[in-house]
Amino acid sequence: MSLNIVVCIKQVPDPEHFDQITLDPATGSIRRIGIPSITNPLDRHAMEEALLIRQQCGGTVSVITMGPPQAKKCIEDALAMGADRGAILCDLVFAGADSLATARVLAVGIRVLGPFDLILCGNESVDGATGQVAPQLAEFLNIPHVTCARKITLAGETAALVERVVEGGYLRVEVTLPAVISVLKGINRYRLPTAMGIMAAADREIIEWGCSVCGPGSPAPESPTQVTEIFESSLKRKVKMLSGEPEAVAGELLKKLREMEAL
Amino acid sequence: MRQIVIWAERRDGRIADVSLETLGKATHLATDMDGSVGAILIGEQCRTSAEELFHYGADRVWLVEDNRLDLYQSDLYARIAAEIIAEAKPEIVLMGGTSIGMDLAPRVAAKLRTGLTAHCIDLYIETIDGRDQLIQVVPGWGGQMMVKITCPDHRPQMATVRPGVMEKGTADLTRIGEIIPFAPAMCEGDFRAKTLEMVKEEEKETPLEDAEIIVSGGFGLYGSEGFEPIERLAAALHGEVAGTRPAFDQGWIPESRMIGQSGKTVRPGLFVSVGASGAMHYTTGFLKAKVIVAIDRNPKAPIFDIADFGIAEDISRIIPGLIEKLKNQ
Repeated sequence: MSLNIVVCIKQVPDPEHFDQITLDPATGSIRRIGIPSITNPLDRHAMEEALLIRQQCGGTVSVITMGPPQAKKCIEDALAMGADRGAILCDLVFAGADSLATARVLAVGIRVLGPFDLILCGNESVDGATGQVAPQLAEFLNIPHVTCARKITLAGETAALVERVVEGGYLRVEVTLPAVISVLKGINRYRLPTAMGIMAAADREIIEWGCSVCGPGSPAPESPTQVTEIFESSLKRKVKMLSGEPEAVAGELLKKLREMEAL
Repeated sequence: MRQIVIWAERRDGRIADVSLETLGKATHLATDMDGSVGAILIGEQCRTSAEELFHYGADRVWLVEDNRLDLYQSDLYARIAAEIIAEAKPEIVLMGGTSIGMDLAPRVAAKLRTGLTAHCIDLYIETIDGRDQLIQVVPGWGGQMMVKITCPDHRPQMATVRPGVMEKGTADLTRIGEIIPFAPAMCEGDFRAKTLEMVKEEEKETPLEDAEIIVSGGFGLYGSEGFEPIERLAAALHGEVAGTRPAFDQGWIPESRMIGQSGKTVRPGLFVSVGASGAMHYTTGFLKAKVIVAIDRNPKAPIFDIADFGIAEDISRIIPGLIEKLKNQ
């Protein structure tokens, strides 16, 4: 038994630094200078799951991303975790791609990588947080998908049993391979790249593709959605600060809340 | 006739609240664009649910009844929804942003090769270059920015909305509508991803979305007694316990109790935030609470900008007194 697994990963701005993001009032665009980039945390769980499956069943783990040139760093990290090879889809025309365009490009890249049995993704990214790419990728590849996976058990080379979390419990889903499965945080604890891993990864292949991978002279994939405006959210309330002796403060707060019928 | 179509999700034999909320929004949008509202209803013996959709504003319901569709089947649900939408050609399609809605909507959008916007907090119609466009407002970068998104050239314009974000309308029990039965062709190959069963896991507490009072804790509790004061305060208020992402990361609360952009959106009557500085990706989850109380030791914490009442005080100094006073009354 051996499975060819592809893991889709994304480089994202570190959410710890989201409060440093500002709006340029002149251009109406986002300034994110100096904000560090990381691999989307859930994608690391997807990566870990791929490595665990490879350990159990044999096969290969390929990792793919679409992003700017610096996103290559995520691929290097994944190789250091243990991926066999990596690919980056990088082209100026990909900038600003929405989930549909991203899924379309990833589907092309994955097809070019060769035969695959299983595609793993993080359930959503910390920046866009739409969780849309995995089902859309599956549609473009014409294969089934399962999202919100907290447990994957392979049933031979042709199917997997997935515990798929829903509100109030989980669904037991049997999915035929090849399939796209996107995973939740609880599925595993991911390993960190080690010095040995980094050294071992140094000579592993990173394939780089531009838009031409979509076909000679192929135009940029279309994004149906567009950002028309970004504005700072103003959801401020007029706060009444209560101060003084703790007991008096507590009494005053409860009195106010009762007046407002909030209690 | 211009149409708005929603997907009506069923839970335990009845329509999920989020679907009625989505329907509420759809009826408002339909008024603004002089259109009508349709709902897609898939399941086993769910005709009575269609009546409920009429009561809450649907003009027509595409009814897909089949015992193989009682549980969510991603391949078939997506194909059926896409077929109905392709036929009805609505301007707008809305779905609830539940774990199933977030699975179904993107697949349907991809089948229709159209745009989809996730987690909208506001939706309205604006005429741009002579064409009515759906303005879809979503929080970005942890919620400190708001982003307006449109889908100018593709139809339908698709969006998902989380539970608790929109308001459901008032039921009119005399309201009726048109039922359009829809019988899709099905074969075994349509169940590539086959849901075998739903396994319920007992949630002891009330779902956060239904709570009238919520007490939520953040990382500021670190080093004190952890989450215990929050639990005691919540008990004294007869409210529910929730927390921030750092509180979840600390293992103080389960994921189902996490408030914010990557967690739950709630609109209780009273929201008490304790020991959280007020990062936007947290506050975005409870901005629509009727009354917000913030307790944090740092008087400059941004949490006070979005609160109705603020107490800049050590948690250990204020919480016990509050609990005591509540108990005595």
